[in-house]
Parts: sequence; structure tokens; C-alpha cells
Amino acid sequence: MTTAVLAGLLCVMTLAVLVLLWRLRNALRESGNAVDRATYETLHTAWSAAPPLRAGLVPEAARRSAPHLRALLDTPALALTDGERVLAWDGIAEQHSADVLEIISPALTHGRSHVARVSCSDAECPLRFAVMVPLHVDGRIGGVLLAYAEEASAGLVRAANEVARWAGGQLELAELDRSKQRLIEAEVRALRAQISPHFIFNSLTAIASYVRTNPERARTLLLDFAEFTRYSFRRHGEYTTLAEELRSIDQYLSLERARFGERLQVTLRIAPEVLPVAVPFLCMQPLVENAVRHGMEGKVGPGHISIQAADAGAEAHISIEDDGVGMDPERLRRTLAGEPDEQTGIALGNIDERLRQVYGDEYGLVVETAVGAGTKIHLRVPKYRPGIHAD
Amino acid sequence: MSSTYSAVFVALVLAAALLIGGYGLRVSRTTSDFFVASRTVSPWWNASAIGGEYLSAASFLGVAGLIFAYGPDMLWYPIGYTVGYLVLLALVAAPLRRSGAYTVPDFAEARLESRRVRRMASVLSVGIGWLYLVPQLQGAGLALTTVTGAPGWLGALLVAVVVAVNVMAGGMRSITFVQAVQYWLKLSALAIPVIFLVLAWRDAGAPSLDGSVPAVFANDTKVTVQTTVDVEVSSRVSVVVDGVVDGRTYAGTSVSLAPGPHRIAAGAALDFPAKSVVPQVKGIPADTNALWAQPLGGEGHGNPFYVTYSLIIATFLGTMGLPHVVVRFYTNPNGRQARRTTVVVLALLGIFYVLPPAYAALGRIYTPELLLTGQTDAVVLVLPSRLVGGTLGELLGALVAGGAFAAFLSTSSGLTLSVAGVLSQDVLLLRGLRGFRVAAFFAAIVPFGAALLVSGMSLADVVGLAFAVAASSFCPLLLLGIWWRRLTPFGAVAGMIAGGGLALVAGLVTLLVPPGAGLVYDLLSRPAAWSVPLGFAVMIVGSLLTPRTVPASVNRTMVRLHAPEALGLAQEETP
Repeated sequence: MTTAVLAGLLCVMTLAVLVLLWRLRNALRESGNAVDRATYETLHTAWSAAPPLRAGLVPEAARRSAPHLRALLDTPALALTDGERVLAWDGIAEQHSADVLEIISPALTHGRSHVARVSCSDAECPLRFAVMVPLHVDGRIGGVLLAYAEEASAGLVRAANEVARWAGGQLELAELDRSKQRLIEAEVRALRAQISPHFIFNSLTAIASYVRTNPERARTLLLDFAEFTRYSFRRHGEYTTLAEELRSIDQYLSLERARFGERLQVTLRIAPEVLPVAVPFLCMQPLVENAVRHGMEGKVGPGHISIQAADAGAEAHISIEDDGVGMDPERLRRTLAGEPDEQTGIALGNIDERLRQVYGDEYGLVVETAVGAGTKIHLRVPKYRPGIHAD
Repeated sequence: MSSTYSAVFVALVLAAALLIGGYGLRVSRTTSDFFVASRTVSPWWNASAIGGEYLSAASFLGVAGLIFAYGPDMLWYPIGYTVGYLVLLALVAAPLRRSGAYTVPDFAEARLESRRVRRMASVLSVGIGWLYLVPQLQGAGLALTTVTGAPGWLGALLVAVVVAVNVMAGGMRSITFVQAVQYWLKLSALAIPVIFLVLAWRDAGAPSLDGSVPAVFANDTKVTVQTTVDVEVSSRVSVVVDGVVDGRTYAGTSVSLAPGPHRIAAGAALDFPAKSVVPQVKGIPADTNALWAQPLGGEGHGNPFYVTYSLIIATFLGTMGLPHVVVRFYTNPNGRQARRTTVVVLALLGIFYVLPPAYAALGRIYTPELLLTGQTDAVVLVLPSRLVGGTLGELLGALVAGGAFAAFLSTSSGLTLSVAGVLSQDVLLLRGLRGFRVAAFFAAIVPFGAALLVSGMSLADVVGLAFAVAASSFCPLLLLGIWWRRLTPFGAVAGMIAGGGLALVAGLVTLLVPPGAGLVYDLLSRPAAWSVPLGFAVMIVGSLLTPRTVPASVNRTMVRLHAPEALGLAQEETP
């Protein structure tokens, strides 16, 4: 009895899952009348060509987008070139790709669409005409789109023009993406170059004071100094591990301790679980530097700094705290909004912006501070984000 | 029974868990110790932590209970629980770590670049977590009932509340150090009593188990039946009954039970004389000890061959998909360390799993009445106080009970944490600490409700189901994702639905209907043998059908997964 019921249940479940899968596959295919469907198909094809184009006009992207562009124009063959080489050929009679560079010069020089007859030894070859349309990217000609057809109708030329304009727009977006990326890299470089002259001077003076009295200590400090600068000036990689970042902070702090001696007190609470987490390069060290500066500024007694990194499930929670002069919240707000400030420097705003850019707006810095009340800065870093690896 | 000491031990374990959760381990260091602070977790520590989180109620109580009831066939459970890590070591550990993924859904997204695959993996992750949590809570109920006589739901409630409060309060973030200590606590809680048990057994002249005699009561034994049972008496026995037997009510009168079937009602207490044969409960087979000790006797299930292989497939391939195991690998600094950790895990589990069979065999001699009450999972808890008398026995019993609760707590909190994380991030889409707390509440309340509802499946069986679902969905995803570049998002989703979805449905059905017999019940309660090949097949066919959706970056991802970090190959694509 029970077995029969169970067998029935299993059959029903299996059926349900199969139906579900089938519907999933077909959900996009069915819908509406012919016009609706055609509109949908066109938009969908255009949309499919967009992601590869957002990588710019490179062979891989051209190769992946060419089939979709050809589907939009409904021609037997389509080619993409950047003016110097053929990036992609999609469709029949690929031997014609060898002639592409010879025939495109009118389109390249005049920046207008142009139709050329294709010479072919094969009388049956359906590729008689090539419609060439330049791809305008940021006011210059980035490449040429060639649509081959048996007849060069006005309709095809018009359609090719529209497709080329649309593709040009996508390529401009790609350009925009790249400049955004370059901007951020430039900021990171600025941050790298931002090891303050004061810090170098103070460190070297401190080391010099040990050379005779304690050569061993002087040697260790020099090595720390070398390692610290090597890390800060390193060229490759936008991300690093929390462990690496902490190591650099350790070197930095040992140099600062050589200068401040017992006055600088540091407490660490690091959960070992979060050490392998990938974090943006130099996302903590400048904050520690700020903390030392604020914590020791205009003070005779000891300054206390506390660095914590805790495991919080899918995130790492990091905080850096000092008991120094603090900041005016209004001024801090302006710094975070992007107005650099003598006192706070560009570090705070830059780190905040990078974190938001990489992880999303909810991952910005959280700062607790008031004049005379010290400063506590919180960072949250997710343990995993697609595309982010420590190098 | 060792009620007072055990209650104290259990209370201590619960209180310690709450305190550690509430206050955390406040270890502060000064800069001079910086290198100590910034040193990553060693494979040894990490492996102990994995062991601590992994050895659940099913391992601590369930394995011994199953072997005790069904014989050496059940040794496949501990073997499977361990060998899963061998598969993980050879095929998954290092690439998974190099992918940078924290959870299986993370891996799915990293490899296939699809949010849809991520969502699907998240739902399954929650399902597996819940399925694994149910027997933990069930076990807690059983343990508390056995050692203190409290009602069954109380133990489950205690563990659920302690875990939920801890996770919601943000404490007990499955700190590596705490979990590592848990492993050694669990190991000692089983290992120390077993020394005394074996000594006591030798003292009694080392009675053997190989005879063709059925299990017999070693001493005069009072048995209280908690649920109504149908028993088969093999030879006439005279017992003193207080309660209802065969529909007649007795009040401490002597009854002679004739050979044949009898029904003992819930609450009845029977005094069996020494050397009398233990009546056989319907559903628990193997009447003589010789038959019990015979492999592939397999009368518990109609199809021992199918059931055994299904179990082997589920446990060998399921370990890699358990949510609380995968997250532990993130703590390793690189792929190489991940492999070394796995090797140590294999050793630690190997040591641990030597112990439960010893309890099972001794239980066969000294606590056969558990066969009558059907509470075979309690054999580990009952043995110490039975075999070793006096205060020492009670203390040993309390140690085992405390260890059992440590097992429930550590596994449950690791699981609840993982489930809550996935729930808040990918399923309920709740952001922030508040969202996480709501998710943690659901992560604990659902399995608690299920633990109250489920029928009398043994702990290890329910855990086996969680393994089966993981093996049918995440194992194909991980293996194909790591070793086959043509995997596509559509194939992955279809395979996970077909394999994992059906295994999950089959599992839920068997949880909610009373245990049956026959091929269909076996197919449903041990789905791995058909659902794992199904998951693989659908995933492969689905991928081959959609070749154009292979992620563009598959080559780059493969280099990252497979090239050792020291080669620096993965750095080239850095913009």
C-alpha cells in the first residue's frame, strides 16, 4: 500500500520536474504575434552582440559579436576590421577575407558608407557586393563593418549604417569603461606614490640614530624600510591578501615605533580565518598611517592604536581605531565626498571610493569620530566577489 | 541512570557554548607578537576544526547504533564519511581553494559566471543544510531523554535555541580554535570511556560474540518501553510486567510469554531475568549474534546490494557538497595547504571512527534491551554506566553525554551559520546584520519543526539523505566544473534540479511517511545510486545541448583553478 503511494508520488514528482525544465527552456520562445516576435528577436540578437562589443574592438570580441550582427543584417557573410587586419569573418566564402583590407580604404578615408563590387573567379559565388560602413568611436573611425550580399540594395545600406552606429555606440561605452578603469588605476598609483616625504625623513633619521648604538636594530629597520617601500611601490595587481596588507602595516609600525618609542602603543586582534581574504591593494595601510598621525599629534603621553580583523561569516570586518585628536564630522563628510583636505589627505576618500566601486555602495567606509574623541574606521570586505583574486 | 552528573555535564557544555558565543575569545596581542597574529591557520589546526564541525550526532551516536542493530554492513557509514575526504583531496580541495570561493554557490558563480546558477546552488545549499540539521536536533532530544529522562523535544529545543541565539548574537562565528578543540573533546569523550569499557569486559572474562545464540540479557534487566512495539519472543520467558502487554494490564505480576508475537504498549516496564533471550523487535533483524556479525546479512532492507552501494556513492561523493565543510577550506592560505589539511582530516577521522564499532559490539553483549526499545542510537550513552559501576561509571556516562552535546552544538552551529549566510544573501535577499538575524532564526526554526515531525528514522539514515542530495547536485557541479571545460550554466542548473531536486524530494517523502519496506522505499530512502548518475547525465547532456553558452573566460578560470599559485600563471590577466 505505502509502496504504491510512494511510487505514485515519485512518478508525479519526476513528471513535475520534467515539465518545469521544459517550460524553463521554452519560456522565452513563445509569446505574442509575428510583429512582437520579430521585435523581440531583433532586440534579443542586438542584445546578444552587445556584451562582447563592450570589450572593445579586439579579435575575440569581434569573433563573438559577428554572428549576431550578421543575423541582424541577414546577409550571407559579414566581416569586421580595425583597418589594419581582419578581426572576424562570419558566414560563407571565407576566402574573400583576404581582399577585405584592399577594398576598405574609401570607407576609412571618407568616413562614409561605400559599396564595392567583389571580384570572384567563381561565377556562382553569392557574394557580389560588399557594403562597407565605418564604425565611429569617439569621433574617429575605429574600424569598418563589411556586409556582403548578392545585391547592394538601399535597404541593406541603410540597415548596415544603423547597425554600425549601434555597434559604434557600444564601442564608445567600452572606451568609457576603460577610462573609468584607468582613472581608478591612476588613483591607486597616486596612493602608492603617496608615501609621505616626512615619513621617509623621519624613518631614516630614526634608523641613523641606531646605527652606532644598536647596529642590529638599525639593520632590521632598514630591511623593514626596504620591504615596506617595495610593497607600496609594487606595480602589478589591484588586490592583495589581508595577510600581505597586515605584513606591510607591521613594517610600517616598526619604523614608526623606532621614532616614537614606547609612546606608540598598538593592540592587534586578528582572526586567522580572514587572513586569506582578498582586499583592494593598500586599503588599510593609509588608514593606519592616518591613525598614527592623529593618535600622536599634539600629545605628550602615549597614543593608543587598535587594529582588529574579525571573521563574520561571508565577510571580514576590519576596524582601525586611535585615541587621538579626532576629526570634525562635517570636514570628514566633505573629504569622503571627494574634496581633498590638508589634514585628512586623499587616502580616506580614495579608499572609500575604491571599496564602493569594487563591492557596492553598502561597503563604503564607516567612520566614528568627533573633535577630541579619537577616530574609529570600519571596513567590511566580502570573502568572495566574482572576478576578485589576490595576486 | 547517571542522571545528575550527566545533566551537570550537559549544562556545562551548553553554558560554555553560550559564553564563548557571547564573549568570544578575546585574545589581544601587541605588535611584538605581530607575526604570531598574522600567521595563517596551520593545516593541523584547520583539520581539527573540520573534524570538530564534521563529526556530528550521526557519527557520535548514530554509527554505533547502526552497527549495534544491523551488524558490520553498517561499517560502510564511517568508511564513507571518511573516504569522502579522499575524493575531496584528489579532485576538489586545491582547485576549489584556488577559485577563491567561500561557498559552493560562490564557486558556481566564479566558474559559470551566472547569477541563475548561483541562486539554484544557494537553494540546494539551504536544503542540504536543513536536512543535515534535523538529525542533529533529533539526536539532542534522544541524548537528553536517555541521560535525564526529559521529554524528547527538550534536547532539540535546547540545542536549537543555544545555536540560534549564538548565531544571531554574532558570536560563535565557528572560530577555528573553538572547533578544533571540539574535535579533541569529542575524541576523548569516546576514547576515555572505551578504555574502561574494554577493561571491564576483560575483567568479566571477555565474553565472546561469535556464538549462534541470540542476544541475551547479561543480568536481571528492567526494560521500559517508550513507544508501543511488536516483538517476537523466540523461547518461553517469564517476566514481571508493570503495564500493558498484549492488551492486558498488569501491575507488577509475573507473566510467562509464549514463543510468538507480542505487543508491548508504550510505558510498560518489563523485568527480564538474567540469561533470558532478548525478544526481537519487528524491523530490527539478525536474531543470533553469529548472523549479526555476518556481512551482507542485510535483513534491515529488502535489497542489501542496492542499499549498500547507494550508501557508498552518497557518502563518497557527498562530503564535498556539505555547506559547513566547504567554507572551512577558505581558511587555508592556498591550494597546497588545502590538500595538506585534507590529509590530516583523513587521519583524524580515521582515528575517531575506530571507536564507535567497539561500542556497538560491547552493546551487543551488555545492553541488548535497546534492541527491544528500538533506541539503538542510545547505545553509546547507556554503555558506560552499565558496564562500569559506581561513581566512575556515572562520570564516564556524563563524559559521553557531554561529548554528544558538544557534537550537536558544533555541527549545528556551523551548519546554521552557513545556512543563515546563504539564506540572507541569496534566497531571502535580506541585507545587513538584521537580515542575517532573521535568516538565522529561519535557519534554526525550520529544522527544529522538522525534527519534531519526522518519523523514526535513525540518525545516520537522515544524515545519509543529506549526503545523497549533496552527492547528486554539488558533486557533479564541482567535479564537472573543475575538470570539464564544456560545462554550461543551463547544464549545471538542469543537472542540479534533476539530481539534487529529485533526491531532496525523495528524502523529504521518506522523512514524512513511516518507514516501510520494499524496493520503492529503498529507492526513495537511499536515492544516491540513481540520482547521482542522473545528476551527472543531465548536467553533461544539458551542457552539450547548449555549447554556445560556455563562459567566455573558461580557459582563464581553468588556469586559475589548476595552476599552483607559485607558478604565478594566474597573475597574467591582471589588468
